Amino acid sequence: MGLTLIQGSYIISALLFILALAGLSKHDTARLGNYYGIVGMASALIVTIVATAIGIKSGVITTPGAGMTALALLVGAMAIGGVIGVIVAMRVEMTGMPELIAMLHSFVGLAAVLVGYNSYLTHGGEGDPIHLAEVFIGVFIGAVTLTGSIIAYLKLSAKMKSAPLMLPHHNVVNLGAIVAFLAMTVWFVLAPSIWLLLVMTVLALGLGLHLVSAIGGGDMPVVVSMLNSYSGWAAAAAGFMLGNDLLIITGALVGSSGAYLSYIMCTAMNRSFISVIAGGFGSDGVVTGEMKDYGDHREIDAATTAELLKDAKTVIITPGYGMAVAQAQYPVADLTAKLRALGVDVRFGIHPVAGRLPGHMNVLLAEAKVPYDIVLEMDEINADFPSTDVVLVIGANDTVNPAALDDPGSPIAGMPVLEVWKARDVIVFKRSMNTGYAGVQNPLFYKENTQMLFGDAKQRVDDILKAL
Amino acid sequence: MRIGIPLESQPGETRVAATPKTVTQLVQLGYDVEVESGAGLLANYHDSAYAAAGATIGDRASVFASDVVCKVTAPSSTEIAQLNDGATLVSLISPALRPDLVDELAERDITVLAMDAVPRISRAQALDVLSSMANIAGYRAIVEAANEFGSFFTGQVTAAGSVPPAKVLVVGAGVAGLAAIGTAKSLGAIVRATDARPEVAEQVESMGAEFLPVEVGQQEVSSDGYAKATSDDYNAAAARLYAAQAPEVDIIVTTALIPGRPAPRLITADMVAAMKPGSVIVDMAAANGGNVEGSVANERVVTPNGVIILGYTDLAGRLPTQASQLYGTNIVNLFKLLTPAKDGQLVVNFDDVVQRGMTVVRQGEKTWPPPPIQVSAAPVAKADSKEVVTPKKRVKQPPNPGRRVGLTIIISTLAAGVFWSSPETFLSHFMVFMLAVVVGYYVIGSVHHALHTPLMSVTNAISGIIILGALLQMGGDPSWIVKALAFVAILVASINIFGGFTVTHRMLSMFKRG
Repeated sequence: MGLTLIQGSYIISALLFILALAGLSKHDTARLGNYYGIVGMASALIVTIVATAIGIKSGVITTPGAGMTALALLVGAMAIGGVIGVIVAMRVEMTGMPELIAMLHSFVGLAAVLVGYNSYLTHGGEGDPIHLAEVFIGVFIGAVTLTGSIIAYLKLSAKMKSAPLMLPHHNVVNLGAIVAFLAMTVWFVLAPSIWLLLVMTVLALGLGLHLVSAIGGGDMPVVVSMLNSYSGWAAAAAGFMLGNDLLIITGALVGSSGAYLSYIMCTAMNRSFISVIAGGFGSDGVVTGEMKDYGDHREIDAATTAELLKDAKTVIITPGYGMAVAQAQYPVADLTAKLRALGVDVRFGIHPVAGRLPGHMNVLLAEAKVPYDIVLEMDEINADFPSTDVVLVIGANDTVNPAALDDPGSPIAGMPVLEVWKARDVIVFKRSMNTGYAGVQNPLFYKENTQMLFGDAKQRVDDILKAL
Repeated sequence: MRIGIPLESQPGETRVAATPKTVTQLVQLGYDVEVESGAGLLANYHDSAYAAAGATIGDRASVFASDVVCKVTAPSSTEIAQLNDGATLVSLISPALRPDLVDELAERDITVLAMDAVPRISRAQALDVLSSMANIAGYRAIVEAANEFGSFFTGQVTAAGSVPPAKVLVVGAGVAGLAAIGTAKSLGAIVRATDARPEVAEQVESMGAEFLPVEVGQQEVSSDGYAKATSDDYNAAAARLYAAQAPEVDIIVTTALIPGRPAPRLITADMVAAMKPGSVIVDMAAANGGNVEGSVANERVVTPNGVIILGYTDLAGRLPTQASQLYGTNIVNLFKLLTPAKDGQLVVNFDDVVQRGMTVVRQGEKTWPPPPIQVSAAPVAKADSKEVVTPKKRVKQPPNPGRRVGLTIIISTLAAGVFWSSPETFLSHFMVFMLAVVVGYYVIGSVHHALHTPLMSVTNAISGIIILGALLQMGGDPSWIVKALAFVAILVASINIFGGFTVTHRMLSMFKRG
């Protein structure tokens, strides 16, 4: 197959990928966007497989086609991978999306490492220094992504304690690893050897492990989008090493998207990217700041809450990860439908860092068939709280903490929050009076217009439904 | 223990301290309830309804002989004499205004709880009679004003010409003031309100009225939730505000009360004289001397220039059914507090600030006034606010163009140096890379926030494009080790591609428009 034909098809694939991401910017075009992505991927795969099978002809140089065994391996690997992928994707619970995405990131990392090794093994030590450096960098990013994603997966699926692991001088360790990597890159370019590559791989694997272990559960959304970004840069690095523009373009797109989402998350927490990666916030897991006496909290029961909701004109629900944990999104959706049928204006206010993934709450609510046009972002809804009758806070804590605005000494000071306390009545669904991820006490619970509804969120919402 | 509910003896009092509904609740707390025959008649609650709710119907003497007597208005001397030794009386007392009454009560061996001495803390809201009655009174004040007012509240455009909306000024935005604002607003009037406490502006605005601030220096923030006496500066500024509003508005409702003191005189005769004929003033503080010069308690006064001043003090009692229900519920909430075991045995616990604050006489011993308490929700003194450091928020400085250009030149020069020494092919790839990063930034920046998770899963799927590298490495005739590594790479990348697209499709098909 002619090289021009291959590259022509790659250009089309690259454009389709850009269209895919552009399509996702709106609900109306999102599904179309996904199809663009599938078509782009399919055309790139078909052309590449055919080219691998029959060989590539570029000018006078011809690369022979793959042998039968290679071809069989190729088709077999794709078939097995494809079947596993589809089964996992069909079975995954929407609450398990963060874990799935973290796991998929690790696969990209692994593939990048393997492709890097192959590239080195095929070309051996010869080749220009730029290529060697590309191999080295590609393997490094891939390896960091691999172990980082595995740790993120283990933490998100609660197979590992989400509390941050704090080694002494952990920043020095990270910095040291990066300096060592840079030094090894220079050495590798000057005197390439497989051993150096192996040593560096082990170093990178360790760095990924350490980097993510040091980050606490509350910062996981940032970590997942950061790993998304890394997996993109790993693909881009592979593109440089193979001289493949499609890989470079796709990798850059994915890298940008992860970086952008990390940026959104960080602004939403009013923290710098560096401070998240270096660990710190939510890292000690103890209540910080002086123990203030906030007064008493008041309790309410489900029946009274139902009365309150029935008489309300406007209701805003602000869910957090607690709603996902309790699987309360279905009764919440029923409640929403019932109240809307009674003529109550029900809307949702989503904090950018609610959940364990950017946009996670939206997916969970969509799964429970909550219409997406009543699910609003923090900035869209914050101005409406003063004119709201009842706010239901379900499984959210730090994202509705007034201390972020009032108390300059608070660890979450300056973080934009949903200003629920400005509503007439606030009902907080909570298991107990424990603190949230940031380990900060929440003065919201002691406000005069706040009442606590203790217990399992799902159970309590069901009780309200019954009372209605 | 038995609770007695007497017929109110004060002329004009329409309310009753219990309704059939609240009797049921008292019985559930373990009490026997005896209601004087005809006690609820003026509030439309008949004896038969009380009996059906579990009360016995008795005569006056036996009701006053109960262990606990619950009344609405303060007891008369005869009524005090009728109480048994050791009995408990629950009623409105106004202990701060009527020290003689408190002394008289203390002569008997009884315990007296004043329903109008509930501390203003959130926990005690449920038994705060002043709030529940003020709410009704505020509503009724507007209804009375509307009754006297010769025009619509709401503006209308009719075939016979257009009607301007009524303008209502509410002075004092406490519970009564806010209720008046809400009622006037829902009738369609233009409502303005003012209050000595600047912190209530938000509440006023939330009811749909315009808050008129009194422009003056620092006003003291109340620590107990009630307004305090104001400074001279403040009074002068407020007077200027009222004088400016008086000719303009059609209705004025004044609700300014300072606990334990005569009502402040806010509206002078000059201001009343400046109002339009037919304007209405409702002076809700008439019982305590009045906020308006010329108002007379319980009277309707018409001034020479045709302004009607209503000094009714029984506004809450003019809605006897609802007022009795709310009063009765306040009483039930009090008994819930006083009957922790729900066994019909009344226990007054002096460690509880609410019970301590309400008790004016304990077994013949005068316990008024109670030690001061601090309202938990009281705002921190405003004087400190200058020191309060606003939480630091990373504000983006507008970039300094000169510095930016300089930085760009330096980076470009350094980059050019690196690129100069790079091979051609690398640079063409690098060009593609940089453009893709920029395109990615713009394309992804416009993604709707609700689609961030699908965005992640779709970018995940397309980052499986790394499979191309592994596929191409199968080409030619590579060594077995390369084949093996490529096999694994293809396998895991395939999981990504197929899994990523499938899960994205699943998620996107869930999103539905309302």
